[in-house]
Amino acid sequence: MKLPQLTLKGAGATFLPMQENTSGFIGGRWMAAIAMAGTAFLGGCITVNAPDKPIVIELNINIRQEVIYRLAEDAGNTIEENADIF
Amino acid sequence: MNTTLIRRTIFGLAAGALAAGGLGSAAYAQRDPAYDAARSAGKVGEKMDGYLGIVGAESPDLRRLVNDINIKRRAVYAEKAQAANATLEEYALTAGCLAIARTVPGEKYQAPDGTWQTRTSAPPLRDSRCPA
Repeated sequence: MKLPQLTLKGAGATFLPMQENTSGFIGGRWMAAIAMAGTAFLGGCITVNAPDKPIVIELNINIRQEVIYRLAEDAGNTIEENADIF
Repeated sequence: MNTTLIRRTIFGLAAGALAAGGLGSAAYAQRDPAYDAARSAGKVGEKMDGYLGIVGAESPDLRRLVNDINIKRRAVYAEKAQAANATLEEYALTAGCLAIARTVPGEKYQAPDGTWQTRTSAPPLRDSRCPA
């Protein structure tokens, strides 16, 4: 990318304002790439394997038991009040 | 004249009390003899879901009896579940837990594996979610 309007006498600017000029040294991108490659070789990356089985959270059972305990007294009264059908 | 009025009042109160007593006993009505006999004979049993089931051979009379009771139970469950802010199934399952617990030795009930069991003096086999 060259922006001639930024340079009057020199060659066209190849860096935008605020962008670091690292000419004369290895470019920033290359540094980053090398650093990443280095960590990969050193085993610095954390690998996460997806589980073979889907993760199922068994909330249904707990909720139901809680509900049953909540309803127990009421249901007991209902049975006594309707003794002819229980 | 006053004594007549008092007597009438007393008679009226007594009649009212009798009527109230009659209504009370109606609400706690006993089982139909045919249903009671079918229970004792192990022809019908308490299912886990809160309804009555037929154990063994099915006859039209038995099916009618079971359906009749289950329809009435369902109506009661629906009304009570709504009042308790629960679902019909949740309420019915809770009632099933309790109905199985209340069976007497000799009566049939459905175990968590789905098989019919005869109640003994030992505690019945119930769903792990059932209250103690």
